Amino acid sequence: MIEISEVSKSFNGWQAVSELSLTIKEGELTVLIGSSGAGKSTMLKLLNRLLEPDSGSIRLHGQNILEYSPQQLRRRIGYAIQSVGLFPHWTVEQNIGAVPVLLKWPKARIVERVSELLELLQLAPEKFRHRYPHQLSGGQQQRVGVARALAADPDLLLMDEPFGALDPVTRASLQQELANIQALSGKTIVLVTHDIEEALALGQRIVLMDQGRIVQQGAPRDFLLAPANDLVREFVGQSDAGIRLLGLDKIADRVRRQPAIPGEPIRSSDTLRQALSVFITRRVQSLPVVDERGQPAGVLHFADLLEPPR
Amino acid sequence: MKLLSRHIGGRLYRRRWLVASSLLLLGFTFGMPLTAPLFARLFPELDRPLYVQDSFAALVLAHLNIVLWSGVIAVAGGVAAGLLVTRPAGRAFRSALETVLAISQSFPPVAVLAVAVPVVGFGETPALIALVMYGVLPVAQGAMTGLSSIPPPILEIARGIGMNRWQILYRVELPLAAPVILAGIRTSVVINIGTAAIASTVGAKTLGLPIIVGLSGFNTAYVIQGALLVALLAIVADQLFDWLSERSQRWTPQAVAALHSGESLVN
Amino acid sequence: MSVARQAQPAWRVGNLASPLIKLYNPLHLLLAMLAIIAGASLPLLSFAPNRLLSGQGIFLAQLIVQLNARYWLLAIPALPLLVAPWLRPSRINHSILIIAAAALSTGLLALAGHEAQLRSGATESLARVSFGAAFWLLLLTIWLQLAEALRGLALRLPAQVVVIVLALAPAAVLLMTGRLDSLSLLKEFQNHQEAFELALLRHLQLVTFSVLPAVLIGALFGVLSFRSQTARKLLFPVLNVIQTIPSIALFSLLIAPLALLGSLLPHTGISGIGLPPALLALTLYSLLPMSHGTLAALEQVPAAVREAAQGIGMSPWQIFFHVELPLALPVFLSSIRVTTVQAIGLAVVAALIGAGGFGVLMFQGMSSSALDLVLLAVIPVILLAISIDTAFKLAISILERRAGRQDHD
Repeated sequence: MIEISEVSKSFNGWQAVSELSLTIKEGELTVLIGSSGAGKSTMLKLLNRLLEPDSGSIRLHGQNILEYSPQQLRRRIGYAIQSVGLFPHWTVEQNIGAVPVLLKWPKARIVERVSELLELLQLAPEKFRHRYPHQLSGGQQQRVGVARALAADPDLLLMDEPFGALDPVTRASLQQELANIQALSGKTIVLVTHDIEEALALGQRIVLMDQGRIVQQGAPRDFLLAPANDLVREFVGQSDAGIRLLGLDKIADRVRRQPAIPGEPIRSSDTLRQALSVFITRRVQSLPVVDERGQPAGVLHFADLLEPPR
Repeated sequence: MKLLSRHIGGRLYRRRWLVASSLLLLGFTFGMPLTAPLFARLFPELDRPLYVQDSFAALVLAHLNIVLWSGVIAVAGGVAAGLLVTRPAGRAFRSALETVLAISQSFPPVAVLAVAVPVVGFGETPALIALVMYGVLPVAQGAMTGLSSIPPPILEIARGIGMNRWQILYRVELPLAAPVILAGIRTSVVINIGTAAIASTVGAKTLGLPIIVGLSGFNTAYVIQGALLVALLAIVADQLFDWLSERSQRWTPQAVAALHSGESLVN
Repeated sequence: MSVARQAQPAWRVGNLASPLIKLYNPLHLLLAMLAIIAGASLPLLSFAPNRLLSGQGIFLAQLIVQLNARYWLLAIPALPLLVAPWLRPSRINHSILIIAAAALSTGLLALAGHEAQLRSGATESLARVSFGAAFWLLLLTIWLQLAEALRGLALRLPAQVVVIVLALAPAAVLLMTGRLDSLSLLKEFQNHQEAFELALLRHLQLVTFSVLPAVLIGALFGVLSFRSQTARKLLFPVLNVIQTIPSIALFSLLIAPLALLGSLLPHTGISGIGLPPALLALTLYSLLPMSHGTLAALEQVPAAVREAAQGIGMSPWQIFFHVELPLALPVFLSSIRVTTVQAIGLAVVAALIGAGGFGVLMFQGMSSSALDLVLLAVIPVILLAISIDTAFKLAISILERRAGRQDHD
């Protein structure tokens, strides 16, 4: 969907992005990760032309983005940033409706869309639509920010460390919701973060950047199992790689279809990493598993954490 | 019906100073002759206790005329200047504007009028020039401060979601900067009401005329009549801007909280 | 594959291969262009055979072609200023610009003084040589360029003040040595010297004797408002109304009551005209900034510090003297600064009700259309205001530095 070709960008002699080439697949959640100054935010802003490249080209759906006017382009792309940037003088409704208004949607359709999005992001529509940003908590503000990015139903969503300023609980909750939204809608999302946990949890494809170049890109598993060099190893946390690997798989993938055993069950939708934690705290070798509806789904054995059952 | 009148009554009460001063202003403008006996009693030594060379209504109108025309030009110029220095293209000129604004704080507004007269002559013209030149400054200050105090993430998002420069200015920057800009305009107008009165010393026909005539002729009654109207005019203008200022801030945390608690914003 | 155009800064002149000629500072460019236009099209000086006739312009161009006078030497300091837009920002370049600006403005002043001497220097001469529009504009652009260069040096306030004083020193020397005495402004000063000195004295009296009581009363109001919300709700609306009333109106409205009071108390010297109403009005005007400033000064003392002092066991008086007072002092002094500068400006209007001060000269000049007389009044007022303002800012910054905080410029 997006073809980035040999793109470079420098500021006052500082090379932020250096001859970077990357393909972003449609319908995927791609994570740009790296430490500060790696060039990931710069790369993101090159996609919606908040910054213009010094050289190279970027194509969206096969067309060079320079052929659109910047405003036209940006109205087709959802944009969310860490500090949210809600307009303080507008209500939640007006904030979410910002792009639809620019696109001249009929009023009724905007109202409907706002309700739809508020519900999608777990905010009661009638309670929140007339509130002002300062009346919302940090987590609620970012939900509105995400809703605003989704409002005009764009194909592409660009997110710059959207959950960085939130407390861990809210962050985890919003990450889960984003994953759900992406799975349901099939939107293409490019998300910038410096948090490896977030990248591993959300990303279908991870791109690790350093000093304006791509160091490694691929599925999360590849990063953990086959890091390209020491930098990647260090970033991914070599000592925790195995634990993180467990976090990529779900209990449902390893559960054996056996009659239930006694004990408090774990959920099949949780990760193997969470299962490991339970095994260790309870000091057992097997755990009963239930599915989303609470029905028995089998048994997970400690040994199966290492190797999938045949 | 009772609820409606209570509603209107409530809003009038909240704006009671504006209402009171406006009523007093109107009253004295048109009804000054009614106070003649009072002035006669207070100043028995005066032959003419009431200023009758011009009607007070005419003077008030002439005064407003000068202040409004100069005000419009000053606002246009001041906002333009503030806009210019907050755009990327104009950033280089910002320090010069700040220097000029800082120096101008040491200028009494009369000084601009005083310098204008020998250069331009007597009458309304030097007054207008002086009022515009001095009036631009508080507005420029307000515009500059207001427009640069908008948090950068808001501007980044406005660009990022696809607003063009005019839309950002009109829908985001100006509404958010409005309270500070209004404060600058308020200062400018209130000061200019005073300077316009002093302009009577050089032949401009304003409410300063009774004051000046009274001072030179030792007629304290004239002086009081003129001064009273100038003071009321300034108070009414100030209160009007206070109301406008409140309206421009309806979305702020303080206003929303006040709305819920039923209090007025004005302390 | 297409190559995107680089977003060029608007000021790139020439191509990227020759960065030698790069426009670093568009402000300098604007000022230099204004200076050139003013110098070329507007008169530098104005010559009038006597006080009644209007002046004829003398242009810079005319003066420069006279090779006997060494006016073309002015080109030396003018050059850096004209080239300033393209000078790379560096400490040396900024310093050169400051020196050039000081030299050029002094040079222009010397030129003016010299021409005045030539044309109207004879003892009985009635001729008047005064500054023309170009002179004022040039002075403005030169000093704005100086200010911009000074900003580039990024000095702290005391150093900035030293630089400006040094830049003004040559001009002051010119003035003291009498080289400017033939200029009409100076002639006017000589003619009105007594009145000037009287006005200066009276103006200082008006400011001092209104600000001093206002500081005390305002401090009291401020402390009261800090401790009591009722006091705050009562005081500030009243003070706000007073502040809104235009000065001429307040001065005038006080005439009658004070005249009445004066007639009731005949030996106190209270009267409706002159000093008493002026002082009262100026004091009233000074109350709002002082009260508001004192309140702000007290409010900005962090509550945590106050609580800590209480926790240590300090008595309320000790807390006030050892904690609140030192922390509130800079803001408090700043409000005195603002009040004094305001009073200097307001006192000008007091002349209308017979209180004297520089306003006397100013209104006299206004009514007789004599720009020199007006300037004789306005320039001292501006200089007075700027000096007091700077002196206070210096004192506050030294105080804050001693207290271990960063100073504010």
